[in-house]
Amino acid sequence: MNRRRLATGVASAILLCAALPLSAAEPIKIGSFLSVTGPASFLGDPEKRTLELYVQKINAAGGVLGRKLELVIYDDGGDPSAARTFATRLVESDKVVAVVGGTTTATSMAAIPVFEEAQIPFISLAGGIEIVEPVKPFTFKTPHTDKMACEKIFTDIKKRGLAKVGLISSTAGFGASMRTQCLKVAPAHGIEIVADERYAPGDTDTTPQLNKIKASGAQAIVNADFGQGPAIVTRNVRQLGLDLPLYQSHGVASKSFIDLAGPAAEGVRLPAAAMLVAEQLPDHDPQKKVVLEYKQTYESTQRQPVSTFGGHAYDGLMLLVQAIQRAGSTDGVKIRDALRATKGFIGTGGVVNMSATDHMGLDLSAFRMLEIRGGDWKLLY
Amino acid sequence: MAEFLQLLFAGLTVGAVYALVALGFTLIFQASEVVNFAQGEFVMLGGMVTVFAFKAGVPLPLAALLAVLVAVAVGLSLHRFAIEPAKGATVVTLIIVTIGASIFIRGIAQIVFDKQFHALPAFSGDEPLRLLGAAILPQSLWVLGGAALVVVGLRLFMERTLFGAAVRATAANRLAAELVGIDTRRVLAFAFGVSAAIGALGGILVTPVTLTSYAVGTLLALKGFAAAMLGGIGNPVGAVLGGVLLGLLESFAAGWISSTYKDAVAFVVILLVLFALPQGLLGRRAIERV
Repeated sequence: MNRRRLATGVASAILLCAALPLSAAEPIKIGSFLSVTGPASFLGDPEKRTLELYVQKINAAGGVLGRKLELVIYDDGGDPSAARTFATRLVESDKVVAVVGGTTTATSMAAIPVFEEAQIPFISLAGGIEIVEPVKPFTFKTPHTDKMACEKIFTDIKKRGLAKVGLISSTAGFGASMRTQCLKVAPAHGIEIVADERYAPGDTDTTPQLNKIKASGAQAIVNADFGQGPAIVTRNVRQLGLDLPLYQSHGVASKSFIDLAGPAAEGVRLPAAAMLVAEQLPDHDPQKKVVLEYKQTYESTQRQPVSTFGGHAYDGLMLLVQAIQRAGSTDGVKIRDALRATKGFIGTGGVVNMSATDHMGLDLSAFRMLEIRGGDWKLLY
Repeated sequence: MAEFLQLLFAGLTVGAVYALVALGFTLIFQASEVVNFAQGEFVMLGGMVTVFAFKAGVPLPLAALLAVLVAVAVGLSLHRFAIEPAKGATVVTLIIVTIGASIFIRGIAQIVFDKQFHALPAFSGDEPLRLLGAAILPQSLWVLGGAALVVVGLRLFMERTLFGAAVRATAANRLAAELVGIDTRRVLAFAFGVSAAIGALGGILVTPVTLTSYAVGTLLALKGFAAAMLGGIGNPVGAVLGGVLLGLLESFAAGWISSTYKDAVAFVVILLVLFALPQGLLGRRAIERV
């Protein structure tokens, strides 16, 4: 920066401070770090598209507090240490007022200390429960947790009058975390885990593990993973002719899972957000309007099918925008207080009621139980 | 018995792919002592090109042929534009060149194709065959049969044709081969081309079972390299043996010991073998003449 520019900068800064109304022209900076490339890119890519799309729409409609939004996005490639570096950059050089981002639990956890120290509200888009439990003063999240997925699945298994579950999970982050949560909540739901098998990410055959589950006397199989693993497990279950109810997690909630698993996916059940079955929701469902609107906007502009992951970014951005409006300020603590006071916010992930002790604000009703029938999602309840 | 058969077939199928990758390593290693870490990318290209051509409406056999051709073209360019210009560099430098090439190919694939996983329809249906209580996918037989054909075909080519003899001569002693008038440059280009074709074929055969994405090459290269080391690098029979053994080790470790530690079990066994036989199971004892 040359001297003259610096002088102009300082001068205008003084002017801005002196005459507050002038600051109306200054945009509100919102930061983001997403895994747009790398192994979690199928999550990060729709998140980035969603943020850019809606910031543009909000600005076209006049912005927030009469000011435009300015989005600063970095791509961490799924690398937690890169995420931390970008978090620091967002705070120190970009001076953002709040952050919506963190595609994976690992990248989110790496960045949280930076935002907590700077007292900048951070809305994470990752599933892991450790992001909001224990509650950290400035950290929030929009997606459902894996613990809720376990509970929803176990409730459904109980409903069918079954109790013995064979668990098969990936050793990678999401699978490992959901496995821990499922093992933890199983006794409370009267579920007995009779087999606990694991496979490594990238494994192309799980028949040895499924064979053990078969021998364990399990009455249902629960698979905790996302990406290609669940498609392989589903195909292998069918290959072995295992005639047991198969449950997948919300991690497979995109059309590509059905494509990959093919006919083997028939009859698979999973807990998922309302987005997947937007058209099937009854008209009195409070989420129907929000979900349909997002879906149509996304699909008409991006020319690719909507996913729940982009929806998490939509929820995060809208929660933040409404909180800034209610706070009437861009002060970190005030935005945080407004976020905490969120009540009855209807997003793509469910109805959000935050409090000082709950920085996610979703309950089990946010998950719908779906079954795959005829190559498509069918809403059960 | 049923469980044993199930694990056996699971191991054989995965092992056949490792064997094909290991065979690719071996061919190039024989011709140049270079370990080509882009070998896994040929498998990825085989699967991905077939998937995308098939989706675009090309019939499956043609799509597969196209995929092999694309992989061979990439293999030959890898030799022509990356290995050839670095002629005279140390083997370590050349290995690093192949690692760079593998990252480059993956990056391009990510842009040309996409970042999602893809499947292909099985060649002869998804209905598993029942054999003594075990369920075997027809596609597994395709993989095993395809791998066996490649191994036998390559063997015949090496033993029965003049060019095959030239390749073996180059592998035995490069300088002597050059002295008797063998164009070792062509031999090396051939090795890259054939390795690419073998890798691509593996990728095509296995995609209906294991799915594919732009990133599958890395892990396969690693496993294939381990298989080649286990069998004795530079020995085609050893490569196939090593691949199949590694697949079986993983499968039985997962089925009988612990699915959490199956990779660890497999690699511990490999380490033990290499402690006892540093040249691998069928490796020649390297003799340095001074």
